[in-house]
Amino acid sequence: MDGLLLDIGLRHFLFVSLAVFVLGLYCVLTRKNAIGILLGVELILNSANINYIAFSHFSSGNYDGQVFAIFVIMLAAAEAVIGLAIVLGIYQNFSSIDIEAVDSLQG
Amino acid sequence: MNLGSIESLAYLYPEGILVLSILAIFLVDLCVEDKERLGNIALIGAALALVFTSGLSFFGVRFIEGLQGAGEGWLFHRMIALDSFAIFFKVILSLSVVGTVWMSLGSREINGPNQGEYYGILLASGLGMFFMASATNLLLAYLSLEFVSLTSYVLTGYLTRNRRSGEAALKYLIYGGVASGTMIYGMSWIFGLTGSLDYAEINAALLQNAPDHLTLFIALVLMLAGFGYKIAAVPFHMWAPDVYHGAPIPVTAFLSVGSKAAGFALLMRFFYPALSQSGDAGMWQFVPGVEWPQLMLIVAMVTMTLGNLAALNQHNVKRLLAYSSIAHAGYILMGFVVLSDEGLRAMLFYIVVYYLMNLGAFIVVMVVANNTGREDLEGFRGLAWRGGALPAAAMAIFLFSLTGLPPLAGFIGKFYLFAAVVKGQFYWLAVVGILNSVVSLYYYARIVKTMFLDEPSDLEGEVALDPHNGSLLAILSVATVVLGVYWAPVFDFADRSTRFFLGS
Repeated sequence: MDGLLLDIGLRHFLFVSLAVFVLGLYCVLTRKNAIGILLGVELILNSANINYIAFSHFSSGNYDGQVFAIFVIMLAAAEAVIGLAIVLGIYQNFSSIDIEAVDSLQG
Repeated sequence: MNLGSIESLAYLYPEGILVLSILAIFLVDLCVEDKERLGNIALIGAALALVFTSGLSFFGVRFIEGLQGAGEGWLFHRMIALDSFAIFFKVILSLSVVGTVWMSLGSREINGPNQGEYYGILLASGLGMFFMASATNLLLAYLSLEFVSLTSYVLTGYLTRNRRSGEAALKYLIYGGVASGTMIYGMSWIFGLTGSLDYAEINAALLQNAPDHLTLFIALVLMLAGFGYKIAAVPFHMWAPDVYHGAPIPVTAFLSVGSKAAGFALLMRFFYPALSQSGDAGMWQFVPGVEWPQLMLIVAMVTMTLGNLAALNQHNVKRLLAYSSIAHAGYILMGFVVLSDEGLRAMLFYIVVYYLMNLGAFIVVMVVANNTGREDLEGFRGLAWRGGALPAAAMAIFLFSLTGLPPLAGFIGKFYLFAAVVKGQFYWLAVVGILNSVVSLYYYARIVKTMFLDEPSDLEGEVALDPHNGSLLAILSVATVVLGVYWAPVFDFADRSTRFFLGS
């Protein structure tokens, strides 16, 4: 049973993180809802986290990558707080959080 | 010299003062009814940080020499570097904070019951920029960049009842989140390829191991998304016009001056000491196999061209200055491409000049907006003939300096940039840069024409210059003129500041 797990190497993690990164970008580019876009940003941040932890475990041999991942999680939380506050303000002013409705600055 | 956490605190006076003033502002904000005084605390804090930063470069570094026998060093277990490059940027950044606080005190937009929060967050943003200028570790580079971004989102959206301000904050947040996420994904590949987050160790690992060129190149391009977004370089510039347009005017000035300078500091420290090595006669060699100067050459050309062409038919002056600041990011990047100490020196000098003229231009925009409530070109019609002769004259100085006409500071700054580019034999880049300067003359001169030659319409009110804004405007315009004639001291300062601390 252990053998199945041991076969999973660095490469597998990198493919997962690449997939998450691309899905995050796709989400950001296609969503119209501001909260949906913020979710896409979270996916991008977490794809980097997978990379850091995988590299830290498999190749560098130190804890730098894992520390980095913890900081990214913390900053993602801070960004979500500020992001939701801004989206709330947008809703009060525009009565919508659809980014196509929020487009008065042009030129 | 490599200090641990406790010993490093002795060399962190400017940051410490900023932290204390931020805490003081938030505490006093809770206790007093009269919010008008809070800006003064911020002004004192920022000015003290400036004094201590410049004090560090005159007395403090010698003080370290006496202690350890080395002039500069790493602090906090090699997280940040204290070197002349960092001190140069800290001086520029604290000047930006002082200028912005002074502007905010004279602004109509920034008053009301929440201004304590505004000043506290403004100083916090300055604090993050200080760390951006001195980070020598990818972790701290990301943390400081994100700290500055998060505070900038809040500052941009400060006018909660204003639709434009909220929309600008949302757009800034979305672009910023994607850019910094892409950047840390790129950083994770650098970490994977080199096994380290420390700039010096990355440099050593890249030279020894020669990792796969394509992977390294893609990782660098992904990282450039984050750096390029901070300095508003194409193709990561899309946020700039909307954010500059919607944010309160002092915040716009702060973003265009402080945020950009800090972004350049981060960019230079990563691409010079971490990805290149210092060679003979002030030239740098990039790590074999990664042709990033070619990439930056294209970015610089496209950035200045796109910025200038898009500025041509703008009617809102803030938006026009946003495109102009994109174009100026392109000019500054010219010095980045040549990979020499000469290019670095020219970039640092241009950042000083850019600080003076761009901040000045935004003060004039703010004076006009304070009096008439307008930010578009029509609001400037006949400005010189309706009481605003002094702001109009100052604006003309700043705009001609932005164009690069002699005998103003902008000319000297551009001269050194072009000299470095020509000496590095990037002739095409020089030609594109000069053509762009010619194009930029059109839209800068259009504002000057509107202010002086067009008849003022009866609908527009008088524009009066109050002493508060007038004093800063006078200092900046005199400095712009004087620096165009006698620039040696500032240039020497920039010249001394091109040394990075690479380890003793």
